[in-house]
Amino acid sequence: FPPVSFLSLHHLCLLLPSLPTDATAVRVLLSGDFKVSQAETRPGNDASDQLGAAAMEASLRAHRPAALLIFAFLSLLSVSSSAAQEIQILNAERRIDLSSQVAIVFLTLKVENTGKAAASDVLLAFPPTEAEHLAEVKAQAASGKKRKKTYAHLIVEPTDVPDAPNGAKGFRLALHNPLSPGETTTIEVLYMLTHSMEPFPAEISQSDPQLVYYRDSAYILSPYRIKQQTTFIKTPSTNVQSFSRVEPTNRAGMELKYGPYEDLPAYSYSPVLVHFENNNPFAVVEELVREVEISHWGNLQITEHYTLAHGGAKLKGVFSRVDYQSRPSASGVSSFKNLLARLPPRVHSVYYRDEIGNISSSRLRTDSRKSELEIEPRYPLFGGWKSTFIIGYGLPLEDFLFESTDGKRYLNFTFGCPLSGTVVDKLTLKVVLPEGSKDPSAVIPFPVEEHMETKYSYLDVVGRPVLVLEKKNVVPEHNIPFQVYYTFNPIFMLAEPLMLVSTVFFLFASCVAYLHIDISIRKG
Amino acid sequence: MASPESAVNGPTMTAGAASKSLRNAFGGVIAFIILVLIGVLAFSIRLFSVIKYESVIHEFDPYFNYRVTQFLSKNGIYDFWNWFDDRTWYPLGRVIGGTVYPGLTLTAGTIWKVVNSLNIPLSVETVCVFTAPIFSAFASWAAYLLTKEVKGPGAGLTAAALLAMVPSYISRSVAGSYDNEAVAIFALVFTFYLYIKTLNTGSLFYATLNALAYFYMVCSWGGYTFIINLIPMHVLLCIVTGRYSSRLYIAYAPLVVLGTLLASLVPVVGFNAVLTSEHFASFLVFIIIHVVALAYYIKGILSPKMFKVAVTLVVSAGLAVCCAVIAILIAVVASSPTKGWSGRSLTLLDPTYASKYIPIIASVSEHQPPTWPSYFMDINVLAFLVPAGIIACFMPLTDSSSFVILYIVTSVYFSGVMVRLMLVLAPAACILSGIALSEAFNVLTRSIKNRKKEKENVEKKPTPSKTEKRLLVLPLEASVIAVLLLVLLGAFYVVFSVQVHCVWAAAEAYSAPSIVLTSHSNDGGLHVFDDFREAYSWLSHNTDVDDKVASWWDYGYQTTAMANRTVLVDNNTWNNTHIATVGTAMSSPEKQAWEIFHSLDVKYVLVVFGGVVGYPSDDINKFLWMVRIGGGVFPHIKEPDYLRDGQYRIDAQATPTMLNCLMYKLSYFRSDFIPIHKTDGKGFDRVRRTEIGKKHFKLTHFEEVFTTHHWMVRIYKLKPQRNRIRGKTKKSKSSRSVSSKRDVRGKRNPWH
Repeated sequence: FPPVSFLSLHHLCLLLPSLPTDATAVRVLLSGDFKVSQAETRPGNDASDQLGAAAMEASLRAHRPAALLIFAFLSLLSVSSSAAQEIQILNAERRIDLSSQVAIVFLTLKVENTGKAAASDVLLAFPPTEAEHLAEVKAQAASGKKRKKTYAHLIVEPTDVPDAPNGAKGFRLALHNPLSPGETTTIEVLYMLTHSMEPFPAEISQSDPQLVYYRDSAYILSPYRIKQQTTFIKTPSTNVQSFSRVEPTNRAGMELKYGPYEDLPAYSYSPVLVHFENNNPFAVVEELVREVEISHWGNLQITEHYTLAHGGAKLKGVFSRVDYQSRPSASGVSSFKNLLARLPPRVHSVYYRDEIGNISSSRLRTDSRKSELEIEPRYPLFGGWKSTFIIGYGLPLEDFLFESTDGKRYLNFTFGCPLSGTVVDKLTLKVVLPEGSKDPSAVIPFPVEEHMETKYSYLDVVGRPVLVLEKKNVVPEHNIPFQVYYTFNPIFMLAEPLMLVSTVFFLFASCVAYLHIDISIRKG
Repeated sequence: MASPESAVNGPTMTAGAASKSLRNAFGGVIAFIILVLIGVLAFSIRLFSVIKYESVIHEFDPYFNYRVTQFLSKNGIYDFWNWFDDRTWYPLGRVIGGTVYPGLTLTAGTIWKVVNSLNIPLSVETVCVFTAPIFSAFASWAAYLLTKEVKGPGAGLTAAALLAMVPSYISRSVAGSYDNEAVAIFALVFTFYLYIKTLNTGSLFYATLNALAYFYMVCSWGGYTFIINLIPMHVLLCIVTGRYSSRLYIAYAPLVVLGTLLASLVPVVGFNAVLTSEHFASFLVFIIIHVVALAYYIKGILSPKMFKVAVTLVVSAGLAVCCAVIAILIAVVASSPTKGWSGRSLTLLDPTYASKYIPIIASVSEHQPPTWPSYFMDINVLAFLVPAGIIACFMPLTDSSSFVILYIVTSVYFSGVMVRLMLVLAPAACILSGIALSEAFNVLTRSIKNRKKEKENVEKKPTPSKTEKRLLVLPLEASVIAVLLLVLLGAFYVVFSVQVHCVWAAAEAYSAPSIVLTSHSNDGGLHVFDDFREAYSWLSHNTDVDDKVASWWDYGYQTTAMANRTVLVDNNTWNNTHIATVGTAMSSPEKQAWEIFHSLDVKYVLVVFGGVVGYPSDDINKFLWMVRIGGGVFPHIKEPDYLRDGQYRIDAQATPTMLNCLMYKLSYFRSDFIPIHKTDGKGFDRVRRTEIGKKHFKLTHFEEVFTTHHWMVRIYKLKPQRNRIRGKTKKSKSSRSVSSKRDVRGKRNPWH
């Protein structure tokens, strides 16, 4: 154990003399580190294992002072704030699913109000590194007994937790019925983390499987004291190179179990690291621009510009087509060559191209309920490779445009990326309204950035209003409907035909005039 | 389509005087509608490539033009003129603004700008793809105007219809074939029309227009030298045959003065407009026409006796001066190595020149002489109608018809030298065939009508052209049968042969964009080979933006346009030495090749290999030229080293030099491991239909980084330089000498 970090802890304690040294935190830290070093010394099976362990050690060493700092602040803040202590969690269970590129976490919390006053909301806390990768947080409160369980969706909104240590981000769950003192309730939370798995080794050759690190805490980060908690981590395969131990820790097949841990104070944290094989395609859409153009003549035209990348371990050096074609199971297991786009039914005139022309490797399957477009980029994508392409299609307008009761028109369309199994780093959705539309407003169930633009298209004079919606970190769970309301005077539909007609009329009129006027200088 | 029938309209409108104007107007309207239909036909017959494949730029040169147009539309005209392109000819670069014929680019750029300012959001690519079909409609209308000036509107309509669907022209102007020729043929025909129009009217207005049209042609294509040589030839012919007139003077003199001034405004031509031998004929004839004009003038003011004296005086003095001037000129011209002619022009004058001295020109397939079948393939039945048209032009011979005769004769010669110039022949053949068809129709219908009238014995005022009429009247039965035959044959031929042939040619033979290949499998399915774009797309997304890619020059334009990477050489073959350097590297062993490429900062090497799918125009088949061009500059590459018994072979009989050269290794690296080969011997090359000579070899200085799905394009990366081993120093003398020995030959090719 490096004495420097120990010293630093003491320094911190010395700096804050009014506070009692939080013995629990120190214990946690010590035990955590002890287990980790145990994992390090565990004899590795192969070279990469040792490598992984070495790197893990290095990264932990780097994190250690930071972690210490967190705990110091934690202890400080947890004591100073008493409001948060009025709630405690009796039982917490966390299930982390790492089988795709997105870490999907189910959190079941049994919350008890220990305070005097009724509690109207419950706070969740995320470490800052997780918070910036957080794509979606959903929560619901369960009520009733086992058979007759009913779920009520809870509103989740980011909030500033005043006593949050070291940049921990908070989310506030507003309860429907305030929790009266002594009462308990069960809350289920689902959240997703993108880019939370770091490939290690960062560069692999074509024949290697892809190994990734997943970092988290063995203890659930929470502003409340947790009486009992367990964490399950599900890996996509049984190939787990190494994992940190925070006893009790068990591994069975594809599942790792941390806990149960008893009676941990608020903001307890113990970093763990899991190194495992994940060959699922890390298809990352770095940027997606979707343009939805409404034409009141009956068509909804959608154009989607993709910048696709493989976010996994980079391909080192050689790409051999022989190996790729002859041994598809052993070569390039983490690469992917096709993607599935789920499009709405009744889709027509679908195209799939990039800046240098049509890409011929796509198949469209349609039935009355859905359309599936299977696309292959021009080349299989290995780690670190990129590709860009455009998908465009038309849809019948009557499926998506409706009139609301107050006379406004609204577009009901799906947000998110139609490519299944992808993560979108930045999604820009542009809704191009017909020329002459006014007062556009969007109704979206999650926060997005909004601004207006103007677009000029066929025969436009004043331009079409474009409502631009931007969102970062989009996962397939964001494929939910949203609405754009606007007012439109039908007379504007006649503007363009009238313009054409009048142009042709003036053309003929000028021709007639020209033929009947003698403009020669000679005298007739 | 309906145009041969409609050809009757014009000349037969001689009947009733009262209804004449009405019928004239009626005929005008019909002719107008037919012209519109011809335009639609010309446009739509060229869309097969878009329908069968996609709206994409074709082949090689169009990609460069497309890239230039993109630059123009993005950066504007001033940046375009000053554009120094550092993405090509690394490390030399290329001054695009000064070496490109800007006509096509400016045309498409203007169309794009106009369309976009009207808020019609067409992409640059779309405009580029459809420029050629639009201009072929214009070319058909220009052909109508030209032929109308020569032989009347009937012949004009026929010629326009024929030009709209002549396969030779279709081959260069299908949608996507965004090349200079696309607009140049229109400019060529239109310039000729304005010349003839000026010749017929003597109007200075048309003469000015003519100079402007010539300017547009100079902007568009190096083939403008054809105009500036053909028109002087015609003028000379007119003078020699005693057809000098003031109209001829007006048609010619302003063209030379204005045209030369305008031509020198085009950066790529510049002072070449007065300096090179291609333009010499026009100035010589310019002098001659003035001498002749002076002679006519003097003849007009002097008495015949005095005139004779003056002639002897002037001729003796003039001859002396002329001899002196010509001697000086010859001395000046002879002092330049190519006698003041560019390589491609010399190839036209001496068809054996290129194969003797400039292998690069000879290596391009479109610079080869055509074969006889290609004449039939490209101009079809017109080949048989042209002689009839020539005869028709002689009855009567006018200034304009003599021009058409001269045009066809010279273009037949040029097309015989270079298959590419079949394109210049096509309009001439269409015009003459139009004249032939329309004349035959005229003669036959007129004789039917006259016979009928004689039989009915209607009182008639004597027609002015009595002699002509007597000459042309044929027996009624024969005429009727002939007309019927002509109509039937024409209809049959047009519908079943010309149409089928042209449509077939347009749809099958010339529509393939050559960057996408398709094949039909046995069960009727379509298999697409999109390997080129796969490779370019990979390069553009997965390599650094400033990486240099070496490949044979054929792929230079595509690499810069589609992959946006710097290349060493491209299809603008202006520096033979640089191409020879790449050729030498490709034909050297791995180590030497690595040194050459490394000295040129190359990071990736791209080769095209068809041996797996049987794509015949791959780099191994082009390798002959790499060795030849490389050996032409660097003598240590000797062609016989690569030949066994005078043959290029890659099988077990191949020479060791061949089996160890870079091109062989990069093409066949690990191709003998492909499991899809079901042939008994592994490492079977489907193009050469043989088993390769050397298998299971490893690469020491290169590593494979990408191979496309069908193996057609393979990209290798140069391995980084090894750490220097103690006591050993690398000799990289050879590469140094390569880059230093460089002569600047063949400045710019006006035929390009």
